[in-house]
Amino acid sequence: MSSSNNNYYLPHGTKWPFLSSVSLLILFLGLSSFLNGSPSGMTIMFTGLALLLIMVYGWFSTVIQESESGVYNLQVDVSFRWGMVWFIFSEVMFFSAFFGSLYYARELSLPWLGGDGYKTATNLVLWPQFENVWPSNGPLNVGGDFTFMKASGIPALNTLILLTSGLTVTYAHHGLKEQNRKKLINGLILTILLGFTFVAFQAYEYIHAYSELNLKLTTGIYGSTFFMLTGFHGFHVTLGAIMLTVILLRCIKGHFSGDNHFGFEAVAWYWHFVDVVWLGLFVFVYWL
Amino acid sequence: MRNFIVFLLSTIPTLALGDWEVNLPRGVTPTSVLAYDLHMLIFYITVIIGIGVFGVMFYSIIHHRKSKGVVPANFHENTKIEIVWTVIPFLILVGMAIPATQALILMEDTSEAEVTLKVTGYQWMWKYEYLEDNVSFLSRIDSESNKARKLNSGVDVSNVKNYLLEVDNPIVLPVNAKIRLLLTAGDVIHAWWVPELGGKKDAVPGFVNEMWFNINKPGIYRGQCAELCGKDHAFMPIVVKAVSKAEYEKWVMNQQNNNKIANKK
Amino acid sequence: MNTDADHLHEDHKTGIMRWITTTNHKDIGTLYLFLSLTMFFVGGAMALIIRAELFQPGLQLVNPDFFNQMTTMHALIMIFGALMPALVGLANWQIPLMIGAPDMALPRLNNWSFWILPFALGMLGSTLFFEGGAPAAGWTLYPPLVLQGGDALPYAIFSIHLLGLSSILGAINIIATILNMRAPGMTLMKMPMFVWTWLITAFLLIAVMPVLAGAVTMLLTDRFFGTSFFTASGGGDPVMFQHIFWFFGHPEVYILILPAFGVISTIIPTFSRKKLFGYDSMVYATASIALLSFIVWAHHMFTVGMPLAGEIFFMMTTMLIAVPTGVKVFNWIATMWKGSMTFETPMLFSLAFIVLFTIGGFSGLMMAITPVDFQYHDTYFIVAHFHYVLVPGSVFAVIAAVYFWLPKWTGKMYDETLGKTHFWLTTIFVNITFFPQHFVGLAGMPRRIPDYAVQFTDFNAISTIGSFGFGIAQILFLYILYKTLKQDVTADNKVWEGAEGLEWTLPSPPPYHSFEEPPKVE
Ligand code: HEA
Ligand code: HEA
Ligand code: CUA
Ligand SMILES: [Cu+2]
Repeated sequence: MSSSNNNYYLPHGTKWPFLSSVSLLILFLGLSSFLNGSPSGMTIMFTGLALLLIMVYGWFSTVIQESESGVYNLQVDVSFRWGMVWFIFSEVMFFSAFFGSLYYARELSLPWLGGDGYKTATNLVLWPQFENVWPSNGPLNVGGDFTFMKASGIPALNTLILLTSGLTVTYAHHGLKEQNRKKLINGLILTILLGFTFVAFQAYEYIHAYSELNLKLTTGIYGSTFFMLTGFHGFHVTLGAIMLTVILLRCIKGHFSGDNHFGFEAVAWYWHFVDVVWLGLFVFVYWL
Repeated sequence: MRNFIVFLLSTIPTLALGDWEVNLPRGVTPTSVLAYDLHMLIFYITVIIGIGVFGVMFYSIIHHRKSKGVVPANFHENTKIEIVWTVIPFLILVGMAIPATQALILMEDTSEAEVTLKVTGYQWMWKYEYLEDNVSFLSRIDSESNKARKLNSGVDVSNVKNYLLEVDNPIVLPVNAKIRLLLTAGDVIHAWWVPELGGKKDAVPGFVNEMWFNINKPGIYRGQCAELCGKDHAFMPIVVKAVSKAEYEKWVMNQQNNNKIANKK
Repeated sequence: MNTDADHLHEDHKTGIMRWITTTNHKDIGTLYLFLSLTMFFVGGAMALIIRAELFQPGLQLVNPDFFNQMTTMHALIMIFGALMPALVGLANWQIPLMIGAPDMALPRLNNWSFWILPFALGMLGSTLFFEGGAPAAGWTLYPPLVLQGGDALPYAIFSIHLLGLSSILGAINIIATILNMRAPGMTLMKMPMFVWTWLITAFLLIAVMPVLAGAVTMLLTDRFFGTSFFTASGGGDPVMFQHIFWFFGHPEVYILILPAFGVISTIIPTFSRKKLFGYDSMVYATASIALLSFIVWAHHMFTVGMPLAGEIFFMMTTMLIAVPTGVKVFNWIATMWKGSMTFETPMLFSLAFIVLFTIGGFSGLMMAITPVDFQYHDTYFIVAHFHYVLVPGSVFAVIAAVYFWLPKWTGKMYDETLGKTHFWLTTIFVNITFFPQHFVGLAGMPRRIPDYAVQFTDFNAISTIGSFGFGIAQILFLYILYKTLKQDVTADNKVWEGAEGLEWTLPSPPPYHSFEEPPKVE
């Protein structure tokens, strides 16, 4: 390990990335063969996942050690920041693909199937009985009759929960900046609790959808977009909450200082991003 | 390698005999002629621009060489000329966009058609339904081509008449009538294309696309599926027989009579 | 040079472990370039299978399904395995050298972006040996056809996820490096053009690779989890996939060309011994191309049945791209104008680039005219267009860059006569391969077919001959590289008389940590 003369820390030799790639390969090989109906697929996939988690742990431990030992200067910190910012941007674009499909289905394909707009003949020739009313599972009523998910109730509650958690994480951040450990740790604990509550509510909502509303992933385009968007988001909330937990543990250990706590901030940014995406979901998936 | 040389030698006669078709066909419909004219217009514009641009470049390559003892000039900016070569291309493009938009508007207008033909693409054949006349049939690659196309069929395909461009049941359509196609598909996306009748349109499962043409010359026009649709994508040709209105009517009557038999089959 | 040796010692690891664990931008750049070269030959071999089958009408060598697999894999491997890694490899080598940085901003991440690739490509390539074969629906992966594939589908989809992940991480690193690691005094508007083009390309990558990931994820759920994104009966639309795919796909082609523009903008001034003409407008043109590329995607889908307004919109925005691209071409020519030119191999490739890329651009412009694209679409005219912009476009730029910087990277000069021979063979054969494709395309030959009507025979035969000649010429390239690397150090620090920029102030080969002390930029 050495740093170069101008003090930008350059790590030398690392095994983690290579091993991460190997575990990703194992994970996806397993998942693919599982999807193709091979019974051993799941085992392989979880092996890959377990390996991946070990790698992530190892990689981050190294980085954290380096950070705590003070070899990172301000410039390194800025690199990390840019890295995180652009990573979040890539996630935004990932979500936009799914939002795009929702938009396309509601504004283009369903109206066309229902006989509006440009492709009138589609309705006349192929689907004469179909009338387009959102939410819809398409002209063949794919997945059977269903009840859609209302914005009031759990979704509204979840909006409140996530918005609050955005506040509590900021509260914790203030605590960190003021070197007020109690404020910091309480804020984080609250945020994490809210996060997992959100996930629990969503799990409940899914069970409700499946068992009582006949609303499933297979429920035509409504079910597809609903579960894809909320599921992908829920996955991100879970990830975010786990990351917050790690940060909490690090705070308890006494990591981070008032003016140097990039790890904390990165996770907080991520959390706000998840929050903002939820607002989009709430408006476009549940409400409108 | 030896095979390769045999290949090479075997092409020499074809090279001499082949008809070296190098351009879009002008076609036999107003839309195909429009497309052809636009194609030539844009082509000539780009050729002229190309000659200008490459001309200057080669002038410079020939004259501004170190080996000729040229000392490099110092300039590396000139706002005026930069504005000129931004604005002029822009104006040229506007000049192209106007006729292109007009053509497009015309091509998209499928109203007031006399014959409506519903076309459904399947892997790997076409189904045609004459909606007004209640005539319908399937159209596949003809058997001779179909035999010859097999891997190592041993058939010399240059002896097969209209190799890959012949079907068992051609479409018959009247000349000088606006024909409207309703295109859809049963399995995957296909595209219906007869170059001499104008552009192509995709046949998308679950949706209906429209296109139109108006054939002004009797004759036989050939085309192919133009969207990758699986292993036999190369083998779902299209043949259109354009005939006079009277002949067309006779054909329809015949078909209607045959249809009963065909339907039973 | 001494510093180089010192640092290698300090690095301890030797042999294969050096490459697996490296965090050094030069090592990683080298890895990228070697992977790219290998994949270029793999993808090229597939192209030769395609061309061999198309030498004559009738099926002689492969069955249609295998042919489609070849088309699909050829394109995926060339784009994701050959060209993109080549450009990222150049970025890795050059960006720190050009901006006066010790290394990339995030060296471990850099290692990861590379090492995802061989595994992802291996997974993709392995599908060729599956029952049912590799994906065969074209590199555009259109549903419903792609969903008919065999067991290969999930493997192919996840490999695309991984390739995307690699690109995103690589791009993040490049942006962080450019924004944060510049030597003092190097403002954005003083950066070398190559760095600028990569900054913008990295932005494009981060913006569109996730969208591709989203699109193929929906394919996956449609196939395995019963969703209806791309099925009309459930309210979806197969064409929706095409919109999402091309929202990625069009910027992707500019991802492949913008760094190439950067290379050309570096080489032309060097061998004209004159500063790049219109630096500012080059930067703005690059940015405009990138921004416009987000709103033109549907020009790949003019025949899917779009509302008239959509067709007109996408036609006009597509045509607009000719303006900034023209600015670039004109600036290059103005750079040469009244210069003092010499014609070493990199310059020759760059000059050929300008001419042949412009020809490809012209055919692109013709295809932008919607009413005529109804005729061109899905014919060999398209194939000719994109090979002109990709092969004598991007690939030539990469080859030029290798000739240009190889002496800097290794300290060893390549053989100029052999280099020029390579150039002439490559340029002649690339035209023999792809020029006739314009003709068969216009005459009505659809793309993605293993067999064709006899009237297309002549030009196909010529094209096939050209492609084999092109292949042989690339074996010469391998030999030149081999010969160069075998010899002793022969190159000066400032390899080219007209070269300008920080990288030429370093020894050849440059030290392990490029700039230990940040250089001063006036
Ligand atoms: C490096 C890659 C690259 C680049 C740079 C381009 C550049 C362009 N492309 Fe191309 N394109 C592809 C790669 C690329 N393309 C690929 C891979 C496909 C097929 C994908 C598939 O289906 O598999 C494709 C397909 C494709 C289509 C779809 C055709 C179809 O399927 O029907 C269209 C249609 O508009 C198009 C247009 C253009 C245009 C207008 C440009 C412009 O950017 C070109 C601009 C350049 C110039 C015009 C020349 C220089 C300018 C001047 C000298 C100025 C003066 C000129 C004038 C005013 C005319 N391209
Ligand atoms: C960067 C991208 C890239 C590159 C570099 C190339 C390079 C080449 N391409 Fe490719 N091509 C695409 C991208 C690219 N292509 C894409 C996107 C498609 C569309 C796919 C689709 O429809 O889905 C396509 C499709 C495509 C087709 C149409 C297939 C079809 O529609 O069915 C053809 C046909 O001629 C072709 C040919 C070639 C040839 C001859 C080369 C040559 O330049 C290759 C040269 C390289 C070599 C030849 C290798 C070097 C040497 C050896 C391997 C040693 C052995 C050699 C000898 C003994 C001679 N390509
Ligand atoms: Cu049907 Cu191609
Ligand atoms: Cu495009």
